[in-house]
Formats: sequence, C-alpha cells, structure tokens
Amino acid sequence: MAATAGPVTSEAVRLRGIGKRFPGVVANHDVDITVRAGTIHALVGENGAGKSTLMKILYGVQRPDDGVISVSGTEVTLHSPADAIRNGIGMVFQHFMLADNLSVLENIVLGAESLHGIGAAARERVVELSAAYGFGLDPDGLVEGLGVGERQRVEIVKVLYRGARIIILDEPTAVLVPQEVDALFENLRELKAEGHTLIFISHKLDEVLAVADDITVMRRGSSVATVRPADVTARKLAELMVGSELPSPSTAESTVTDVVRFEATGVSVQDAAGRPVLTDIDVTIHAGEVLGIAGVEGNGQTELVETLIGMRASDTGTIRLEGRDITAWTTRERRAAGIGYIPEDRHRHGLRLDSPLWENRILGHQTRQPCVTGVWINRRGARTDSERIIEQYDVRTPGVDTTARALSGGNQQKFIVGREMSGKPRLLIASHPTRGVDVGAQAAIWDHIREARRAGLAVLLVSADLDELIGLSDAISVILRGRLVGRFDPQSVTPQNLGAAMTGAGDAS
Amino acid sequence: MTWWRRALLSVAAPVLAAVVAALVCTAILLATGDDVSAFWNTMLQWPAERNLVNILNNASVLYLSGIAAAIGFRMNLFNIGVEGQYRIGAFLAAAFAAQAWLPGKLNTVAAIGVAMAGGAAWAGIAGLLRVTRGVSEVISTIMLNLIAGSLVAYFLTRVGVQTGVSTSTKNIPQDSWVGGISLFPGAPDLFGLSLLAVVVGVAFSVLLNRTRFGFDLRATGASSTAAVASGIDVRRMIVVSMLMSGAVAGLIGMPTLFGSSHNYGTSFQTGIGFAGIAVALLGRNHPVGIAAGALIFAFLSEQGNLLNILAGVSPDIVAVMQGVFVMAVVIAYEVVRRYRARLEQAAVADEIGSPATEPATA
Amino acid sequence: MTTITAGRPAAPDDERRRSRSGSRIWVYVIVGFILVALVRVTSGANDVNSSGTMRAALIAAVPIALAGLGGLWSERAGVVNIGLEGMMIAGTLGAGYFTYHYGVVAGIVGAALFGALGGVLHAVATVIFGVDHIVSGVAINIIALGVAGFLAEVFFTSLPGGGPTQSPSLDRPPDIDIPAISDRALRIEDKHWFLVSDLASVVGALTRNLSLFTVFALLLIGGTGWLLWRTSFGLRLRSCGESPVAAESLGVNVYRYKFIAVTVSGAMAGLGGGYLALVASSGFQQGQTGGRGYIGLAAMLFGNWRPGGMLLGATLFGYTDAVQLRRGEESLHALLLVVAIVLLIVGLLQLRRRATVQAVFSLVFAAGFLVWYLLSDTVPTEFTTMAPFVTTLLVLAFASQNLRMPAADGLPYRKGSAG
Repeated sequence: MAATAGPVTSEAVRLRGIGKRFPGVVANHDVDITVRAGTIHALVGENGAGKSTLMKILYGVQRPDDGVISVSGTEVTLHSPADAIRNGIGMVFQHFMLADNLSVLENIVLGAESLHGIGAAARERVVELSAAYGFGLDPDGLVEGLGVGERQRVEIVKVLYRGARIIILDEPTAVLVPQEVDALFENLRELKAEGHTLIFISHKLDEVLAVADDITVMRRGSSVATVRPADVTARKLAELMVGSELPSPSTAESTVTDVVRFEATGVSVQDAAGRPVLTDIDVTIHAGEVLGIAGVEGNGQTELVETLIGMRASDTGTIRLEGRDITAWTTRERRAAGIGYIPEDRHRHGLRLDSPLWENRILGHQTRQPCVTGVWINRRGARTDSERIIEQYDVRTPGVDTTARALSGGNQQKFIVGREMSGKPRLLIASHPTRGVDVGAQAAIWDHIREARRAGLAVLLVSADLDELIGLSDAISVILRGRLVGRFDPQSVTPQNLGAAMTGAGDAS
Repeated sequence: MTWWRRALLSVAAPVLAAVVAALVCTAILLATGDDVSAFWNTMLQWPAERNLVNILNNASVLYLSGIAAAIGFRMNLFNIGVEGQYRIGAFLAAAFAAQAWLPGKLNTVAAIGVAMAGGAAWAGIAGLLRVTRGVSEVISTIMLNLIAGSLVAYFLTRVGVQTGVSTSTKNIPQDSWVGGISLFPGAPDLFGLSLLAVVVGVAFSVLLNRTRFGFDLRATGASSTAAVASGIDVRRMIVVSMLMSGAVAGLIGMPTLFGSSHNYGTSFQTGIGFAGIAVALLGRNHPVGIAAGALIFAFLSEQGNLLNILAGVSPDIVAVMQGVFVMAVVIAYEVVRRYRARLEQAAVADEIGSPATEPATA
Repeated sequence: MTTITAGRPAAPDDERRRSRSGSRIWVYVIVGFILVALVRVTSGANDVNSSGTMRAALIAAVPIALAGLGGLWSERAGVVNIGLEGMMIAGTLGAGYFTYHYGVVAGIVGAALFGALGGVLHAVATVIFGVDHIVSGVAINIIALGVAGFLAEVFFTSLPGGGPTQSPSLDRPPDIDIPAISDRALRIEDKHWFLVSDLASVVGALTRNLSLFTVFALLLIGGTGWLLWRTSFGLRLRSCGESPVAAESLGVNVYRYKFIAVTVSGAMAGLGGGYLALVASSGFQQGQTGGRGYIGLAAMLFGNWRPGGMLLGATLFGYTDAVQLRRGEESLHALLLVVAIVLLIVGLLQLRRRATVQAVFSLVFAAGFLVWYLLSDTVPTEFTTMAPFVTTLLVLAFASQNLRMPAADGLPYRKGSAG
C-alpha cells in the first residue's frame, strides 16, 4: 500500500445523504462517503449499483434530489461541470469525451480557453504538463490517430490543465491490459504525491486492492461500507458488493468433441487504405468447444468478428461451416445456415430500440421459422417464441409488446442471447456477451452458454473480461495487431501471461 | 399502455398542431388587416359537390405523392425528388400513349408501366449515387428535380405540339382514356385512376407490415447498423427503395393524364411532389395517416381557391397554413414521442420494481 | 518518473495535410484558368471568360457562396440546414420591403433579419424539440414559400411598379469603379491574347461595377474562417459539431452554440437572398432564388466544410450559371471541350494510381464530351439552364469520397448525454 503525503485528516470531498431518482428508478439513496484529501479512494460495486450516477452528481452533470456535497469542508451546489471544475474537480469518463477531428490541444483547451488562450501559451502549458508526467503527447496531432492509452492520457491532461485537485476516474482500467494498468497506477501515485486526491470507480477488485487507500462499496444505489485494503480480501469485497455468495466462473469436465464445426484458414483482410487489418487468421472450433479470443481493444477483434459473420469481406482465405465453404456467403446466408451472433454493441447492432420485443425477435432471423413463412411475417410465431425466450432466460419485462429501449441493459442482453440461441445454432459468435450486464444476468448468460456447449454448440468468444475468458473457454487465443499469437490453456494461464501476450511484451517488437 | 391512451396520444399531436396553425394564420391576417371572419367562413363552409369531387381527385393524387415520399422516409431516405420523378413519368407516359402503338386500354396499361419505369429510373440515379459514391440523396434528388424540369422542357420542344400558349405532347387517342366515376349528378366525374391511390395504399400497408421485405425496410430505416448485423444488405435496400419510391411517384400524374388533360404539357400541374412530402410528414409515413393528411391538404387548397373572391384574401395564406401545420405537427410528434417513451420506461420500472438500474441510454 | 512508454508524437502528416489541401486548391484554380484560356483561343468563343462573363460569374457566385456560408455555420455546429432555400427566399422578401421603404442599408439588414427568423425557427425545432434536421428544413422551405407569396402580395401590390409577385424597382448598393485600371484592362482583353487577355478580364471584372455588397460578402466569408478557427467561440462551436458530448462535459453550452450557429446560418442565407434582390436583379421577384440555396449546400460539401473551398465551389457553380447569360449556347459549347480535357486528365491520373475501373469511366465520359463538342455548334437553351445543376451532381459524384464532415453533423443531441 502506498504511503500518503499531505494532511490525512482533512476531507477533500464529503457526500452526505445523496439521493437521485429517475422516472421509475431510484439510482442513489442515502449515500454517505468521505474522501480524505491526498488519497486514492476507490468506489466499487456491480453494474447498476449507482457509482456512475453518483460521480456524475459530483461532477455536476446531474443534480442530486437530496443530500449535500462538501468540497474541502465547504458546502457547494454544482449546477454543471463548470461549477465542478471551478471547485477543483475533474472527471475522466470511461467513454472518452474526445473529438476525433480536433487536435489534442484543441480538445484540452475546449471550455477552458480563458486560462491560457488557445494559441502558443496554451500549447506551452500542455507540453509542460505532458512532460511532467511523461505522457508524451503532441499537441497538434489529431486525436483520431491516438491509441487508447494515449487518449486516456489526453483526458487526464484535460483535467490537470484546469487545475483539478480532485480527479475522478470512471473505470479507467476497463480498456487497458495489466501492464498498462500498472503504468496508470504509477501515474496516479505520482499525482497523489503532488497532493491531488483521486477517486476511481472500478469493479476489478484486485486492482483496487493494489492501489487504493480507502475503498467504498456501493450496492443498490447506496453506500454500504468504507474499508481499508489492509482489512479486506477480494472475496470479502465481492460479497459486500453482491450481498451474497459469488457465482464461481470455473468449469467442470470438458465437452470438446473431435468434430470440426467451424474452420477459418489463412483469412486476411485489408482496410480501405490497403493496410492489413487481419493477417493469416487460422481458427478451428470443434463441436462442444468454446474458443476464447483475448486482446486489447483495437487489435482486430471487431474486424475478425465482422469478417466471420459476413459483414466484412475477406481478401484471402477460406471459411468453412461444417465442411461447407461459406467464404463468399452473405450475412443473411450465414445466419440462415445456423450462425448466431451476439454483437458487441447491442444498441447499435443487436436491437431496434424503438420496436417492441416481439419484432426484435425477428431481427437477424428473417429467413427462418417461427418468425417468417416464405415472404410473410408470422406475427403469432414471433410473439409466442418471444414469450418462450422471456421465460427461459428470465428477461424482466411486462410483456412482448414492450419497447426494447425500456428494458435495462442486462435484460436486453438476456433477450438477445435467448434469440441467438434459438433454432439450435451450429456456431455462436459472442462478442463481449456480458459487457455492461449485472452480475446476476452475467451468471445466467454463462450458464446458458455452458448448457448449449454441452449439447454440442461451438462458440467463438471474444471478450475483454479475463475472468470470463478463463472461466468459459476451452482454449484461449490472443489477437495482437491482426494476428493470432499464442494459444493458452485456461486451466494453467494467468492474467500476467495473457497480458504479456496481449501487448506483445513477450516478444521483441 | 392501454389502447385508448395510445390512440389519444396519436391524435393529440395533429390536433394540437392544427390549433397552432390556425392561430398563427389568424395572427398574420390580423396583422395585415385582412377580414379574418370572412376568411374562416370561406374556409370552413361545406364544399359544393363539384368542389368535393375536386378535393377527392386532388387528394388521391396527393396520396400517391405522399406514399412515394413515405417509402423513402421509412428507410431514412429523403426522396425530395418526387417532383422530378413524377414529371418524367407523366411526360414519358403521355408521349408513349400518344403514339398508340398498342390498342385501347392495353395502351393505357403499358403507358402506366412506362410512367412507373421512368420515375423509378430517375429515382434510381439518386439511389445509385448514394450507394456507390456516398452522395447524399437529399442534394442529388433536389438537383435531379431541377434537371428534370429543363430536360422535359427540352424534349417537349422536340416532340410536342403548340396549342395556344402552351406546348404539349400529342393527345392520347380516346379509346385509351379512362372514364370517370360519377359521384354526384351534375358534378364532374371522379378520375377513374384515382382508385390507384387505394390500391397503392393497401399494397404499401401490406408490404410494410406483413412481409419480410417490409420488415427489412423498417429495420434499415430504424437502425442501419442493426440491419446490417441481422443480415440485411443495406445497399440493395437503398436502391430498391428508391426505385419503388420513384415508381409510385411516376403514378402521380396518371389520374389527371388519363382522366382529363389527355396530354402532358407546360400547363400540367406542378408542385405536387413537395406537397406529397408535407403530407407524408403529416401522416407520419403511415398509410392511413397519409390519407388523412392528403384529404386535409386537398380540402384546404380547394377552399383556398375561393378566398380571393369571397373574402378578398390572397390564397397564398393557405400555403402558409399548410406549412405551419407541417412544422407544428413534426414538433408535436417529437414531444409526444418523448413523453410516451418516458411513460413507458416508468411503467416498466414499476412492473418489475427494479431498484438501482440506470435507464437505458436514449 | 514513470515506466510508461512515451507515446510517439503524432505524425506531422496532419499538419502537412491541412496546408497541402490549401495549396492544392490554388493548383486547381490555376490549371482550370489556363485550360479555359486555351479553349477560348481554340474555339473563338470569347465570351467564355470575358470580363462581362467574369463579372456575371461573380454576381452569380456570391448568393451561392452566402448560402454555402450559412450551411457551413450550421453544419459546423452539427445541424444540417436544408431550409437555406427558404431562408434565402425570406431574405429576398426582406430586402424588397425594407429597401423600398427605408433604403439600401435597411434592406440588407432586413434581408439578414428575415433569414435569421427562419434560422430561429429551424433552431427551435431541431435543437429544442429534437425534430429531424431534414424534416424541419423541408417544412421551413414550405412555410417560407407560402409566407413570401402571401406577404409579397400584401407589401407590393399597392406600390407603383410593383405587383403581387414582384416589388418595384429598388435602389442598388453603391459600386466600386476604378476606370483607370478597368479601361486599360478592357483594351488588353479585346486583343484576345492567350493568358494575358484572360488575366485582364479578371482584373476588369474586379475593378468595374464591383458592388460593395460583394466586398461585404467576401469579408463575411473570410471573417467566418477567422472566427471559427482562431477564436474560442469558434472552437466551441466546432466542438458542438464534432463531439457535443465532449463539449458538454467541458461546460460548453451546446444548445446555445447550436442555436446561435443556426440563427447566423439563416442570416447568411437571408443576405444571399438580399444580394439576389439588390445586386443580381433590380428587386424582389417570386422564384428568384431558383434552387440556389441547395446549390450553396453543394458548394459547402465541395469545399469540405471550409470557407475557402466553399468559395471555390460557389465560384464554379456561379460560373456555370453566368455563362448561359452571355451567348450561352456558344460558350457552353466551348466548355464541353474543357470538361472533356478535365476528364481526360482525371482519367490519366486515375490510371497512374491503378484505379482502372474509375479511369475507364472518366475516359469514356471524356470521349463522349469530345464527340459532343465536335459534332455540334451550340448547346440548346434548356441544357444551359441545367448546367449548374448537372455540374453540382457531377462534382458531388466525383468528390464525395474524400470529404470529412463534422463528426456529429445531423445527429440529434439531448442535454445530459455526457457520460
């Protein structure tokens, strides 16, 4: 545990009795948290526990319905992020708020032009800050060309530029590999040494225990406990978060058979500018096998999935499903042949948000029963089957006519999983299937996948959740810069090995 | 949500918008010192029989235009080019039918086919440009409209005949004319081909809601990303929808062509394309809504013709009323939609009593 | 210090890319100018770039450029504005009414005001109520048409020289005249020397009958470039069009900037309409906008949402519009040769880049235009009226691929979407 600098007894932030309601939902109630100045304070809880909403309140994006916020001992009302910034609070969002077409300097300076203008003086300050922490950012480069780690550093410089002393980070490690996480935590410790106070939201308990000075657990919208890392274990934290026993991700006996269900050989894809996006991909999945693909976002996973489902054309190579060459087949033909697809972004690719659930049942399955007969839509068939899915997959909704948008993320995802598992698919391509889904739904989805695997389903699992990969897969491949490197056995692999392969730290590159 | 509540919400927007439009127009008339009461008396009087027939005729033409626009709108394609497409279609049909290569009604049917093909081809250009070169169909269809005007004018000088001040295609032989339907004795007939509107409306409704193609169309319009992931070939859909939209647009001129004018010339009615877009917006791209919108617009225009004589007010005020109505309606629809979404989210949350879940991002 | 690997500095390509596109525009202008001069000499169609034509081209270009400027303001803030045509119509009406009663300056202000009113309506619908941008724009065009028709009758019928669809003759804004230069230039021009005379026509066009309104418009265009790219106001406005979520998270009032941008957009289009009424014609006339609002949008697209490129596009479109006014059939016929040569060059360049399919298309079209040129003497009048529209379409078809629009353009934005 890191030693703290600065006065330990003074409070940077104090939240008392915070409550926030949305139509029909209580996001926060009775939240009491004290953040000591000059410390790293972690906020943990499962999805939907209200951490993000709370931090949005602290940053002025939302107004609380009840409660009081005090910064450095003084009560404040925050009407907008501008107020928060004035009080020395800065926030680094999980989804970076950067404009791709603007330069690094422009992104940093936006909204704070009065501090150093937007010209030479501002540029100097940015270079100064970047050098002080070794961020290595070029102020005039377009953000479009930056990688994930660099973008995060731009976000951090953004808040430092505005003189933030209290920095909130929302799931900062969600998109980083273990080595980058270490580097980030080094940065955080340095910032702490300079007197900043850091609050970060996470649900990765090991990381939290490694770097935080205090940990507050949130559950169902309220703060449950604040502890010191020395006093708890990851297990105990998890139990505080869930309030019950954790589901264990590990598996029993192997269900992998000898029958090759799906095979991709020598698949290569170039982008519009002629740059290689995927090179020489070889994938073999047997019936009853889950093949996990691990990798840092942006190394080709999305393109791999798009190519296999037919949304992107491959330049070379063959793809076979049960021995048939499907390389030239369209998405519709592949789906009709029995490939199910759980997309990474359910709002953009998985659902029609403003349509009722029964219409969403048809989406992706427009060529098969029970939704479609010939050219006609079979309404009754779609409705009945939707009801079946709702029941089997425990989708919480008043009925099949409810608009998809009204459901929570977890329930939307459960519905999608149920839909894609219908009709006995031969192969399931699951891309981050439990992203943004609460622990209960996550366990349910894992169970369904395992059950289908027992019945002989082949699954390609792409995920950033290492626990999910290790827990569900029979074999794990790592994708790095468009190539598959390394094949690991989940029983013996560790997050460190995987992380090394995912960043290429193992080989000289 | 209960069905009557849903129905109420659906009607709320247009009614509210109509009130707003009426108020705005009254305000304008007051400001310019016109006779407001005479205006309303004229507008609200029950039309004479022959005016009723005109209204129905015009409404059916407007309806076709609205459906043409709506096919595009459903796909998130803004086919502003209905105007040009119907002119091309009407011209081609008139020129073809005048040649009388086929006898009697066969000629008529073939000419209608030619009109649809012409309109479809003209719209197809915009569709292809969009799919192959990424050109926004909004601009390309507008440009095609303007080009169509000049192009048709040019061809009229080549194949047309002078009759008085206007140039037009040769007259269509009488055995190819389509007879009218007499609704009221003494009043002119309803165009026989105005029934096309009914046929097209029913076909549109069935296609949209009951067929796989219609599902694909609506899905692509709602979320092209989800459509692609579900296996829909979005580019093909774009081209096909534009073709269909143009084909229906080609039909717009048919009732008038075969029912009254019997040729296409410089005095043929224009402006129906844009009116159709307005009507489609009014009716929210729904076959029944568009019908209502077409009737309302046709009614307003017809009554407006009397304004000069009976109330001393320029008929242009009707155009203002129609425009304000459209704007008010689309705003009202947005407001109602958001309200309804919030109601539904609240209902869902109540039902399942979910505590700390974030509302799904809007 | 930290163990993190320092990020490599972003490629200096980006800086170079931006200045390269600036200089590339100049290359196109120069090459185009030389080509036209060449064709003039070979075909003898001297009106192709006479000072009269250039002057007409400038006058035709300015309304398009102002409309394009309006489109730029709006789309840089993320709002698509199809209603420019309607706002321009409103501007012509405003200019007509205010100039007649209160003079030229009031007329110009009135044009901007009426256009801005249209802009406010669009802003209210799209920014506050979240109506689809295109739908709102179409509705505004319908309203503007009706209002202009109605109010024109109210305003002008009783005035001497006026009628229900036109205003009486209006005062013109003052012109700039430098006879010393323009007379000399005219003499050189009449010698019909290759390139020298052509340059002389440009000089002549700029030094005789140059309306102050034109100068004002050019200042507006330059001023917009400075305002949007060199001030904090401009940065904030552009951020609303690139990433409104980022802007809001940094305390930028996205609604306010969008509102301002769309209102200014309407004012610009209104000014374009005012120019049409006061400089390009002698007063308000129903239908005088003739689709220029839409062509302005095309100019904006052509210019990749930057004022310089937009002006170039507007000049191109204005030129095709003007050419038809002065011995149009002959001049347009000569231009066929220009198009053929341009397509030939483009085709050859594409072949060099191995884009064979596109090259074949370009070369086939080049051959087609050449054949048309050789087999005919004139181009029919209707085709000349079509010329600007066809040009727009062709330009869009060929250039659309390389465009980079503001990332959040056309997307509805709700406050509180941050995070």
